[in-house]
Amino acid sequence: MRNVSVVGIGQTQVGEHWDRSLRDLATEAALNALRDAHVDHADAIFVGNMLSGQLTGQENLGALIADEVGLRGVDTLKVEAACGSGAAALHVGYLAVASGQFDLVLVAGAEKLTESSSCNTTASLAMAADADYETVHGISFIALNALLMKRYMYEYDLVPEDFAAFSVNAHANAVHNPNAMFRSPITVEHYKRARDISDPISVMDSAPVCDGAAAVVLMATDNLNGNRARAIKIAASAIGSDSLGLHDRRDPMWLSAVELSSQKAYRQAGIAPQDVNLFEVHDAFSIMSVMSLEAAGFAARGRGALLAREGAITPQGKLPISTMGGLKARGHPVGATGVYQAAEVVQQLRGEAGKNQVANAHVGMAQSLGGIAANAVTHIFVN
Amino acid sequence: MDLARHWRLKDQRYRLEGTVCADCGAKFFPPRQVCLECKSTNLTPREFNGHGELYSFTTLRSAPMGFEDQVPYTVGVVKLDEGPMVEAQITDVNADALKIGQRMEMVTRKLRAQGDNGLIIYGYKFRPETKAD
Ligand SMILES: [Zn+2]
Repeated sequence: MRNVSVVGIGQTQVGEHWDRSLRDLATEAALNALRDAHVDHADAIFVGNMLSGQLTGQENLGALIADEVGLRGVDTLKVEAACGSGAAALHVGYLAVASGQFDLVLVAGAEKLTESSSCNTTASLAMAADADYETVHGISFIALNALLMKRYMYEYDLVPEDFAAFSVNAHANAVHNPNAMFRSPITVEHYKRARDISDPISVMDSAPVCDGAAAVVLMATDNLNGNRARAIKIAASAIGSDSLGLHDRRDPMWLSAVELSSQKAYRQAGIAPQDVNLFEVHDAFSIMSVMSLEAAGFAARGRGALLAREGAITPQGKLPISTMGGLKARGHPVGATGVYQAAEVVQQLRGEAGKNQVANAHVGMAQSLGGIAANAVTHIFVN
Repeated sequence: MDLARHWRLKDQRYRLEGTVCADCGAKFFPPRQVCLECKSTNLTPREFNGHGELYSFTTLRSAPMGFEDQVPYTVGVVKLDEGPMVEAQITDVNADALKIGQRMEMVTRKLRAQGDNGLIIYGYKFRPETKAD
């Protein structure tokens, strides 16, 4: 296998883009990434997306985006892994370059969630869960996370405020990210007063429904020439899987897919969790952050929330997370999210993260989950 | 198409029919074709009695399409006495009175109606156990 580097990144602002289509957003991000990489072509394009067919009536995104960015004719396909679709597309792009099949690959993640009514979007997002044994009972995706969070609070004797530091950190970091959806800080008081959606989860505890697109350009590291000083190496790319349904888990309080993909990634990169300087975690709900920190090896079982309360997760802390706002405040355009995370880690490792720059950042990890971690996609980047 | 799909699941919806592994005895709901424990494909149908403990629950204030008229409603995970866990709506009780760990039992109820002239889907829900059997 060859080494692979990220040589270009592009992101659109995340938000409710009533005036823009899925193809506009994907094309803007892709063109930005190609410009950033100083290239005008790619051998292949992989597009991460979860719900374009369901919400916008458009499938066949690979060919569509290839054509829109002026690369009609290239090798292309869409990759779907629920909310982890973008990261899964990056995994496919990584494999395509590492294998030697392609030298230059464009990976784009794009999602438009505001094209439909909110109850249709809610129903569509629940497609990540088990249609016959969860969704049919009216169990939304938020409800699944709420079921996990309520049990977690019961097992470890916690209250909702114990999770507040995750949302406070995400919003504080998004203030300085021009691509973020929510650029205003929140306090623990805001968190405590927030409206319940599915108890114990409130609006201040869940990522927003939004639109966005991000892209990265991958190149075989051997092909980098002298003027590629901003290239960031992908040291690991790994997926782990688990049951779709919560009821099918041997131990619902442990995210096995997160453990599997993290451990595979650490082995590939030849590092241990303590070597990671920053972690873009899948903070769609704070319970996912907590359980991910544990299963990825950053906190002992039952201690994930403590890490946030101790301040370890801020940009100045021991393990900064959601450094550009995370899913909670940058926003979570589901199939694009994994590519945003990758682009943000690259910003950090290039030293281009502005006011959110993590000092001495050399190793960054991004992890994107599909469903309630039915699949977990982990990437480790080094500069 | 939708009709066939719900008809196919009738044994699960009405009788909690899962499978048991003939080789190692592991029990599954929903039914599986491959045993999670020993990878055997020698599984046979098995009905579950529908009694168990409440593992977790939540009340939805915002519903997916098709459930808007039921809001607020409560869903939960029940760990059956025989092992498997089941997710379903919780009924016949005020959610404020629910406690993790309490005894629950299966009942058959209307899950949802697909419009005025559409299919009415019946299936299992759970309620607090009325008396020990
Ligand atoms: Zn078996």
